[in-house]
Amino acid sequence: LKLYRKRHPTLPCNVLKFKSTTIMLDCGLDMTSTLNFLPLPLVQSPRLSNLPGWSLKDGNAFLDKTELIDLSTVDVILISNYHCMMALPYITEHTGFMGTVYATEPTVQIGRLLMEELVNFIERVPKAQSASLWKNKDIQRLLPSPLKDAVEVSTWRRCYTMQEVNSALSKIQLVGYSQKIELFGAVQVTPLSSGYALGSSNWIIQSHYEKVSYVSGSSLLTTHPQPMDQASLKNSDVLILTGLTQIPTANPDSMVGEFCSNLALTVRNGGNVLVPCYPSGVIYDLLECLYQYIDSAGLSSIPFYFISPVANSSLEFSQIFAEWLCHNKQTKVYLPEPPFPHAELIQTNKLKHYPSIHGDFSNDFRQPCVVFTGHPSLRFGDVVHFMELWGKSSLNTVIFTEPDFSYLEALAPYQPLAMKCIYCPIDTRLNFIQVSKLLKEVQPLHVVCPEQYTQPPPAQSHRMDLMVDCQPPAMSYRRAEVLALPFKRRYEKIEIMPELADSLVPMEIKPGISLATVSAVLHTKDNKHVLQPPPRPAQPTGGKKRKRASDDIPDCKVLKPLLSGSIPVDQFVQTLEKHGFSDIKVEDTAKGHIVLLQEAETLIQIEEDSTHIICDDDEVLRVRLRDLVLKFLQKF
Amino acid sequence: MDPECARLLPALCAVLADPRQPVADDTCLEKLLDWFKAVTEAGSSLLLLQEHPCLVELLFHVLKPQDLSSRILSFALRLAGIFAAQENCFQFLQQGELLPGLFGEPGPLGAAAWAAPSVRSGWIQGLHSLAQHPSALRFLADSGAVDTIFSLQGDPSLFVASAAGQLLVRVLDLALRGPAEGRVCPQAWDWPACARKVVCHLEDCLRSEATPRVTQALHVLTTTFGHCRGLWTQGLWARLSPLVARLLEKDPVPAPHALVDLLLGVARSPVLSSDPGLWETAAQALSRLSPTQAGPLAAGILKLQDCPQALRIQAFSILLQPLAHVLEATAQAPGTPRLLEGAAGDLMAVDTFPPSRSACVGLLCSALAHLELLQPLPQRPSPWPQAPLLAAVVTILRFCNGSAAPSSEAGGRLCAMLVGCVRVQRAALDFLGVLSQGLGPQELVTQVFAILLEYLVSPDSSPTVLKKAFQATLRWLLSSATPPGCCDLEPYAQLVLGELLAVLQKRLCSPCWEVRDSGLEFLTQMTRHWGGQGSFRQALLGSEVPELTRQLLQDPESYVRASAVAAVGQLSSWGLLTAPSSPEHPAVPQTPLEELLLVLTTDSEGFPRRAVMRVFTEWLRDGYADVAEDPEQSVAPVLRAASRDLDWEVRVQGLELALVFLEQLLGPRGPSTAAPPGALTQALQALCRVQLFEFAFRSLFDCDRPVAQKSCDLLLFLKAKATPSGSQQEVGDGPNVASVEAALRRWQAGEQGQPLGELAPEAVLAVLRSMDLEALRDTLAESSDHVERSPQSLLQDMLATVGVLGDNEADCY
Repeated sequence: LKLYRKRHPTLPCNVLKFKSTTIMLDCGLDMTSTLNFLPLPLVQSPRLSNLPGWSLKDGNAFLDKTELIDLSTVDVILISNYHCMMALPYITEHTGFMGTVYATEPTVQIGRLLMEELVNFIERVPKAQSASLWKNKDIQRLLPSPLKDAVEVSTWRRCYTMQEVNSALSKIQLVGYSQKIELFGAVQVTPLSSGYALGSSNWIIQSHYEKVSYVSGSSLLTTHPQPMDQASLKNSDVLILTGLTQIPTANPDSMVGEFCSNLALTVRNGGNVLVPCYPSGVIYDLLECLYQYIDSAGLSSIPFYFISPVANSSLEFSQIFAEWLCHNKQTKVYLPEPPFPHAELIQTNKLKHYPSIHGDFSNDFRQPCVVFTGHPSLRFGDVVHFMELWGKSSLNTVIFTEPDFSYLEALAPYQPLAMKCIYCPIDTRLNFIQVSKLLKEVQPLHVVCPEQYTQPPPAQSHRMDLMVDCQPPAMSYRRAEVLALPFKRRYEKIEIMPELADSLVPMEIKPGISLATVSAVLHTKDNKHVLQPPPRPAQPTGGKKRKRASDDIPDCKVLKPLLSGSIPVDQFVQTLEKHGFSDIKVEDTAKGHIVLLQEAETLIQIEEDSTHIICDDDEVLRVRLRDLVLKFLQKF
Repeated sequence: MDPECARLLPALCAVLADPRQPVADDTCLEKLLDWFKAVTEAGSSLLLLQEHPCLVELLFHVLKPQDLSSRILSFALRLAGIFAAQENCFQFLQQGELLPGLFGEPGPLGAAAWAAPSVRSGWIQGLHSLAQHPSALRFLADSGAVDTIFSLQGDPSLFVASAAGQLLVRVLDLALRGPAEGRVCPQAWDWPACARKVVCHLEDCLRSEATPRVTQALHVLTTTFGHCRGLWTQGLWARLSPLVARLLEKDPVPAPHALVDLLLGVARSPVLSSDPGLWETAAQALSRLSPTQAGPLAAGILKLQDCPQALRIQAFSILLQPLAHVLEATAQAPGTPRLLEGAAGDLMAVDTFPPSRSACVGLLCSALAHLELLQPLPQRPSPWPQAPLLAAVVTILRFCNGSAAPSSEAGGRLCAMLVGCVRVQRAALDFLGVLSQGLGPQELVTQVFAILLEYLVSPDSSPTVLKKAFQATLRWLLSSATPPGCCDLEPYAQLVLGELLAVLQKRLCSPCWEVRDSGLEFLTQMTRHWGGQGSFRQALLGSEVPELTRQLLQDPESYVRASAVAAVGQLSSWGLLTAPSSPEHPAVPQTPLEELLLVLTTDSEGFPRRAVMRVFTEWLRDGYADVAEDPEQSVAPVLRAASRDLDWEVRVQGLELALVFLEQLLGPRGPSTAAPPGALTQALQALCRVQLFEFAFRSLFDCDRPVAQKSCDLLLFLKAKATPSGSQQEVGDGPNVASVEAALRRWQAGEQGQPLGELAPEAVLAVLRSMDLEALRDTLAESSDHVERSPQSLLQDMLATVGVLGDNEADCY
C-alpha cells in the first residue's frame, strides 16, 4: 500500500497502490508558472509589447511532471472536483494511459467548461512564434529573475487542444454519490459528497478488510452544493487529507462582506469593479450575495457583466444539477423557481453575460459596472483587456476572490497601477478548526497529509492553530515522495462453493466455535478467491480419463489429524501412574510444565502450543507416551 | 378598610373556601395578600379579625380535611402569618389552636398537600411573616418547626430551599436580637435554645463532607451577616469563623463561590470588618482558591473602603496575574514592563493558565471585567500600573487577531486558544476604552491606536467587536486632546483620523446593518466633538463619508436610517454636508432640512421619524443656521407632520420641539415671569400660524399618557407666561371660544375627527384660562391603572370571575 505524492496540496495528484491496483487520486494543474509569462492581450497592447527586457514569445504551458511513475500503469483516476481535473489531457493523452477515469456528472460538465475556457483563451490569440531554447539550463540562468529561479522549466508544456480535451473526457465514466464501483474485484471505490462544489466528491477506497478515505477539497459551510457526507468516512484505516483551504486565516463570510463593501464603495463613487474569476464555483455564491445586497445598498441600477466563452453554459448548467445541490436549493426545484437567484438577476437585466468583449457586449457596455471575467491569473482571457482599460483610474477597483494566485504577482506586469486592488480570497474548503472537528468525528486510525499541513505556515510560525492537530500525529509526505501507508493487510475474503460447504462437518470445540478441516482447490481469478471441491479421486474404470484425472490430482500427502485442547497436568500424571510409571516429578516453568519420569530418564515438556517428549532413543516408550498424551487432545 | 371592601369580603372568603370555585389567577391572590399586608401595617390585625369573622372562618375552614387546592392552602398559610405578625393577634389565633393546626404536625405538614412546592413555600413565608415577636419564637421552638426548616433547606424546589435559608436567618435574628440588644458581645451560653439549635445545625453543616450542606450553611451565614447588623453577629462570627477557615484547608475547597460571598459579606458588615482574623481568612482564601474562583473575592476586597494594605496588594496581584501571564508570554527582552514584581511575579511563573480553552477565556474575561470596574473607583489600587496594563491589553488583542508573536511554548498555546475569540476581544476592548482615562507613554498610545485600527480594518471583526472598537477609539481620541479641555486633536490623532475615515467609508457600505449602524454612531460622536475643528473638517470633507451618510437615509434597515438621520443632523449643523451629487433631479430634496422632513413624512418605521424629531429639536435649540433664519417657517411643517404621526414618541418629541420654540419666543422656563404683552401677542400669533394649538389641545386627550402630559406641561408653561401670577386679566370672550370648548369636549369624548379651525390668540388665552390644567396634570400623573388597582376593584374582579356578582358584562381587562 503506497502513496505517491505529486504537486501542490490544494491541486493534488496522488497515486495510491492498493491490492495490486494503481489508483491516481486527482490530477490538478498547477498554473502558477503562468505568472512568469506576460499577459496575452486581446487587443494589441503597445505598453505590454514595449516593456523593456521582456519579450512576448513563448506559449503558456504549465505541466509539471516527474518521472516518479509510468502513467501507462495507472489503472484508474478518481476525480474529486472540477478544479482537480485540469491536467487530465496531459495524463490520458500521449502517455499510454489505458485506464478509466471516474467522476460525477457536474464535475465532468463544469470541468469541460473550465478546460474549454482555458483553450479558448489561449487559442484566440495565436502566437506568431514560440521559443523554447531558453529552457536550456545554461541559457535560463542568464535570464532575469524570477525566470532564472523558476524550477523544472523543462517540464512546462504547451496548453492542450480541444481535441485532446474531448479525447480525455471520453475516458471518463460518470458516477453518482454513494455508488459502489468494483475495480478488478480487488477494491471498491465510492464517491461521497464533499460539500465544496457542484458534484465534488471525497472517495472511499476499500477492500473487504481495509478502508482508505481520500478527503480532498471539502467544505462544511452552507453554500450551494450538497453538504459533506461525514458519516461514511467513519472507521477508516487511513484517511488521506488534501485540498484544505489555501487561506486559513480568511473567513469566507468576512471576505464576502469585505467584497460587498468594497464593491459598493467603488460603484457609488462612479468607479468600475473588476472581479477576475473562474466561470463556475464561488461566482454562484457571490452572485447570490450580491442579489441580496444590491437593493439594500441602492445599487440596483448598476449592471453586472459576466464575460466568459462559457458564461452562458455555466449559468444554465448550475440550474439543472438539482440533485447535486444543497437541500434548500433542491426544494426550490419543486416550486416554479430556479434554484439560484442569478436567474432572476438575468431576467431583470441586472446580470448580463457575454462570450467575450467583442460583439454584443460592446453595444451594451455601460459604466459604472461590475465585470466578472477570467482568468484569475490575469495572464490571459478578457480580464487582460479590462486591466488595461481601467488600470489607470483610481476610481476603479479590482477585487481578487480566487485564492489560487498571488495577487501581487498577478498584478506585476500591470504596474504602475492607479486602480485600487482589494484581496478578498474566498476559499470555502476546510480550515484547521474544521479539520480537527472532522477528525474527532470520523476517528480514522491514521491520518496522512502533505507536509505543509503538519506545521504552521512559514510566514506565521507562531500560529500553532494553523496546522493539523490529531492523535496519533498525522503522517506527512512531501512532493514526489513515496510513502508506505501504516497498515498491513492481514486477511483476505475467500468464498466457499456451496457443494464444498455442504460436505463440511464442523465440530464444536468451544461453545460457539466450530471447526472443520477442508481439502479444496483455491481458485483465484480477477482478485476473487473461491474454494472449490477437489477433483474426485481416480476412477477405477474409464482408462482414458484415468490418466488425465491422475494428472489433475494435486500431489498431497496423507494428512495427519489436527489436534486441539489442553493437557490437565494432574490427570496426566495420574494416567501415567496408572500405566506403571513411577517416581514422577512435575516442575512448573514459565510457559507450562515439565513432567520428569526419573526412572525412564524421560522428560515431557508441556507448553501452551507444543508438547515435546524427550527420551533416549526408546521409540516404543515415546509412542506409548505419545498415545497417552493424545488421549487428552481432540483430533480432527 | 373602606365599607365597600368590608361588604365584599365575606363573599370573597366564601369563594376562597369553596373548592368548587377555583380561583383562576394566582396574581389575584398575591395582590390580595399585598392588600392585607398594607391593611395590617396600617392598623390592628386583631381588630380586623374581630370585625371580619369571615377571615378567621376562612382560616379554620382550611384546617378541615378536604379537597382544597394547594394555592388556596398556601394563601391561607401566608395570610395567617401576616395576621400573626402582631403579638396580640398571634395570641388570639393561638387561643383557637389555629396556628398549631396550620403550621404544626396536624396541619398540611403531614398531609398529601405538602408535596406541592407552593404549600411548602406558603408554610415558610407564613412563618417568616409571623416570626416578629418573642411569642413567635417560643411557638417555633415548641412546634418543632425549626427541624422542618432544616430539612427544607435541601428541598428540590430552589425557591423553597432559598426561602428556608432566609427563614433560618429570620429565626436567628429574632432569637439573638432580643436578649443581646445593647450588650457588647453576647456569649454563646446566653443564647436562647432556639438560636443554639440553629447555630449547632450550621456548625454541623460546615463540618460536613457533603458540599451541598456546606453551601447551605454558607448561604445562611452570608444572608445573616449581610442583613443583620446587631452586635450578636460578632459572637456568631467569632464562633463560626474557625470552621470557615478550616474549609479553606480542604482540597479541593468546597463551595468556593458561596465561601467568597460569605467572606465579602462579612467584610462589608460594619460590625464585623474590624475583626483581624477576617483578613487572615480572606488572605488564606485568596491563596487557596484557584485564580478563577479568587477573582470575585479579590475584586470585592479592592472595592472595600478600608482593609489592610497587604491584603489589597495580594488581591490586586490575583487580578493582574492573567494579564501578567499574557505579557510574559510575549516578552522578548527582560526590559519589557512587568505587571507583577518580586514574589508575586515569580509565583505567577509557576501558575499557568488553565488548560482548557473555555476556562482560560473565562479567566481572562473576568479579570478584564473586574479591572474595568475598578479603574474609575477612588479606592482603586495606587500606584495604578497604567503602562503595563495598556501593554497587556494590547497584547491580548494581538493574540486574538493572531498578530502577536509568542516567545514561549506557553505563549504559543495561549495564541492558539485566543485566536478569533470574540468574548475576549469584547472584554479587552471595553477595558482598553476605560484605560483611556489615564495616559500612557506615547509609544504605547501609538500601539493602542494601531491595534484599534487593525480591528476596525479587519474584515474578521464581528459586528459587536467592531462596535466596541469604535467606542474605544472614540474614548482614546477624546483623551488625546491636549491640553485637557482643548478640543483640538493632537497631531498623532490627526494622522489616525485619515485612516479612520477610510475605514469608516468602507464600513458604511458593509452588508451587515449592525456595522453600518455603529459606523454612523461613531461618525455622529466624532462630529459632535470635532465638527468645528479645522483638521477634522478638512479630512471629513475630503472623504466620501458625508455623501455615504446621506445615502444611508434610504437604508433598508430602520435602525440604520435612524442613525443616519442623527449623523446627517450633526454633520449639517457643522456645515459638513455637501450638496447632493444629483442636482439634475429636481424631485430630490436639496437641503438637509428638506431631506429630514421627507423622512418624517414618508418613513414607515418609528425609529427614523423619532430621530428626525430629535434632530429638529436640537437644531432649533442650538440655533442651526437653516432653522434660525426663519424658525417659524421651519417648525411649521415639522409640527404638522408630528401631530399626525401614529408613533406616540414622535408626538411627544413634536411637543418638545414646540416647547423649545415657545421658549425662544417667550423666554426660558423657570420662575413664572410673564412675557411683555407685545411679545406675547406676537408669539401667540406665530403659534396660531404654525397650528400649534390644534396639536397641543388634541394631545391633551391623547390615548398615550406621555403625550397628554407633555401637552399639559406645554400649555401650563404658556398659561404662566400669559397670565402673570395673581393678575386675572379679563380678555373678552371671543366668538370662537364656545366652538373651541365644544371641540375639546368632543375630543375628550373620543371623537377625533372634528378640526378646530382657525384660532385667534384671544380665544386661545380664554380657553387656557377656563381649563383646569393643574387638575388635569394631577390626574395624568397618576398611573393609568390607578382605578383598576384599588382593593375594591380587586375584590370585585375576583368575585366577578366566579360569577358571584352576577354582572359578567364588565370587562375588567
